[in-house]
Amino acid sequence: MSGVSTATVQDRTEVVAAREPFWIRQRRLGAGVTVIGLIAALVFGPLAESKTARFTLSEDATGAALKINGQLGTILFGVLAIAVGVVMLTGRFRRRYNVLLVLGITAFVVSFLCWQVAGKFLPLVATARGSLELALPLILGALAGVLGERSGVVNVGIEAQFLTGAFCAALVGTLATSVWAGVLGAMAGGVLIASLLAVLAIRFLVDQVVVGVVLNLFAAGITGFLYERLMQPNSQKFNQPPRLTDWKIPGLSDIPLVGPVLFHTNVLVWFALVLVFVIHFALKRTRWGLRTRAVGEHPVAADTVGIRVRGLRYLNVLLGGVIAGAGGSYFTLIASDSFNKGMTGGLGYIALAALIFGRWTPLGALGAALFFGFTQELANYFSVVGSPVPNQFLNMLPYLATIVAVAGLVGRVRAPAADGVPYVKS
Amino acid sequence: MSTDAATAAETPPAKDGEQKPESFLRFFVQNLWSANTVTVTVLSIVLALVIGAVLIVVSDETVLKTFSYFTARPSDAIDGSWHLIASAYADLFKGAVFDPAAFQAWFNGTGTWQAAFNPISETLTYAAPLVFTGLSVALAFRGGLFNIGGQGQAVIGCILSAVVGFSFGLPIVLNLIVALIAGALGGAAWGFIPGFLKARAGAHEVIITIMLNYTATLFLSWLILQKGVQDPNRSDAISKTIKSTAELPSMPAPLRVHLGIVLAVLATAGVAWLINRSSFGFELRAVGLNPPAARTAGMSVGRTYMLLMVVAGALAGLGGATQVLGTADKLTAQVAGNIGFDGLLVALLGRNRPWGTLFAAILYGGLRAGDNLMQSDLSISAELVSVIQALIVVFIAAPALVKAIFQLRAARSDRLGASLAKGW
Repeated sequence: MSGVSTATVQDRTEVVAAREPFWIRQRRLGAGVTVIGLIAALVFGPLAESKTARFTLSEDATGAALKINGQLGTILFGVLAIAVGVVMLTGRFRRRYNVLLVLGITAFVVSFLCWQVAGKFLPLVATARGSLELALPLILGALAGVLGERSGVVNVGIEAQFLTGAFCAALVGTLATSVWAGVLGAMAGGVLIASLLAVLAIRFLVDQVVVGVVLNLFAAGITGFLYERLMQPNSQKFNQPPRLTDWKIPGLSDIPLVGPVLFHTNVLVWFALVLVFVIHFALKRTRWGLRTRAVGEHPVAADTVGIRVRGLRYLNVLLGGVIAGAGGSYFTLIASDSFNKGMTGGLGYIALAALIFGRWTPLGALGAALFFGFTQELANYFSVVGSPVPNQFLNMLPYLATIVAVAGLVGRVRAPAADGVPYVKS
Repeated sequence: MSTDAATAAETPPAKDGEQKPESFLRFFVQNLWSANTVTVTVLSIVLALVIGAVLIVVSDETVLKTFSYFTARPSDAIDGSWHLIASAYADLFKGAVFDPAAFQAWFNGTGTWQAAFNPISETLTYAAPLVFTGLSVALAFRGGLFNIGGQGQAVIGCILSAVVGFSFGLPIVLNLIVALIAGALGGAAWGFIPGFLKARAGAHEVIITIMLNYTATLFLSWLILQKGVQDPNRSDAISKTIKSTAELPSMPAPLRVHLGIVLAVLATAGVAWLINRSSFGFELRAVGLNPPAARTAGMSVGRTYMLLMVVAGALAGLGGATQVLGTADKLTAQVAGNIGFDGLLVALLGRNRPWGTLFAAILYGGLRAGDNLMQSDLSISAELVSVIQALIVVFIAAPALVKAIFQLRAARSDRLGASLAKGW
């Protein structure tokens, strides 16, 4: 029955192809922006206290600050969001509607912040630093996913690579009393899981989502087991890794605002940021990148012109293991000072969400990871200052945003065509 | 149900075998060492246990020390490892099936019958929710959907059945039924979302269900701190206790096994009927095998996906309800444990067949029950069982691997390679 009805719909669109439907994507998004703008102006506005909201340009309450009356700011930015939404609804500036969308959402976020910060202060530099640091494992995990999935191997096992990486970083770092050995150990741990994923998915043709989920459970089990048997009874010997300290680049770190965020941080952040651009460039401009994309979109065609499909997939999944493993070292060398059972707490799945939300591209993944890191940082901040907004709901944001994106409400999300399909040479 | 299918395949020759014994024996041996479902399943479990044994030894410092002088006196290392492995797996068995000492004590009059039957009771207690979540995953699999969201659906099931359990003052039996239905409805609603988005927007159910898992867990951790839900006498994250009228009736005091396992068997029968005998089951199998063909045959694929996820979600929700109304009695952040993800393993081990899932759930319940004893007796971490459980499924999912390790012959009917590989 449905087959018949879709056929008629298609016929009709072919006949009247000249007339464009009114609810094009820009208008749908515009309606969404208008609605959130209305919520900001009419719901947040009255709730906001009429006190000064201070956004300090430093890491604490001191120094120069952007000041605005909380209630005024809330309503003002809400109205701005409405205005942007209305512009989008009129159907103008079609080429730039992405810019408008970002502008509208930013206005909504600022309005929300004005409401929350009224009568308090939000240190902007500290927030940016915290967001970047929280985004670090997400960036690395999502990049690992980009490598695997662009060449056609679904990687649900990022969580497993994080956990194993975190465990190995703690173990190797403690035994060698060197933080760099810890990072290398984490990479090795990530590769270990990646090789299991690669062999099972590429050689033994197991469903890749199944492998990923089972590997996550396996990694949780084995790191938990070794933790309880080795680390817990003798943490002095096995579970006291050195910390990865922040480095300060003299000169550059004194640049206001940007300096402390980008140039006074740990080396893994630089590694991650550089890697994003390297992979972005390599995917677009190098022979390896072209081949990777070919293998991920149409392996048969790639094989016909002499590309080794399975070999390239092995390579990319293992490289992904290195990167995700390094992301795992964040948990034991940066965020805390020892390994603990299940300490990654589902961040591997958020990295997967960042990958999908970022549409399988390195730059998109970076943006998504930063956004998710920002929501987590905000959640932490709100729980400290005692906001009426429960931090659990802010923590839900990455997941909800991904659902909205995948459901096709914000643009189209399309995976590489051969993603998750094992290649069998016939 | 894999076991029956395999034995059914072997039964007709067995009748011939009475007339011609040599040919039956040859047939039997030939089939025994081929990559059929039963052999691969058994060998997967054996392999996982062997790897578990290696883990036990390498993580034990005293035994590991004996390996340092292995060449001088190998008997120390071998005896030590053997003793450790044997006592660990003996504990696993005693904790899960039966302990001869407890039976001996019962017959001598020094122990109680409850102590003798406690291991079985524990096994079935752990198995009950797993049956439901396993069935949820298995059913969705048959329709071509991968329901990773069993965890989230179970959490919502936990929440709703617990809220009904402690807030409604209905009479006995009725209260329990309403609580169970609430749990099922909650799970169904949580399953409807990915089903609907799959049907309408083509959103991949794996992505949506993963995201909904964490959304549900976060919602639970928020809810148990709210007024009216949180236990007023406690400051930590714990809810009120459900009324006794809403509890699943259980065996007398020390035994924990409850009505949930009976409901689980009924649910298995129901799902088996649904898949194999109902017209919806026919549709879902058709859609699972080949959606375009099903569409051409006049079935509504989208509607099937939606209904399928609703039923699967309801089953997982019932699993959560069983957990709360049977054993937990109150909501905590960890109330659903890992039953959703364990249900996934159970379904894969049961090869997505209802009765196979039931047996797989009982096996996994047994492993969980046994590891308690192993942990208290030998202080071997209970995580070992998680490793073994995951490994079993790794080998089940990669029959080619097991085939290569044991040099098995190819099976006569090659039903094993059928994995569900497809992209996002």
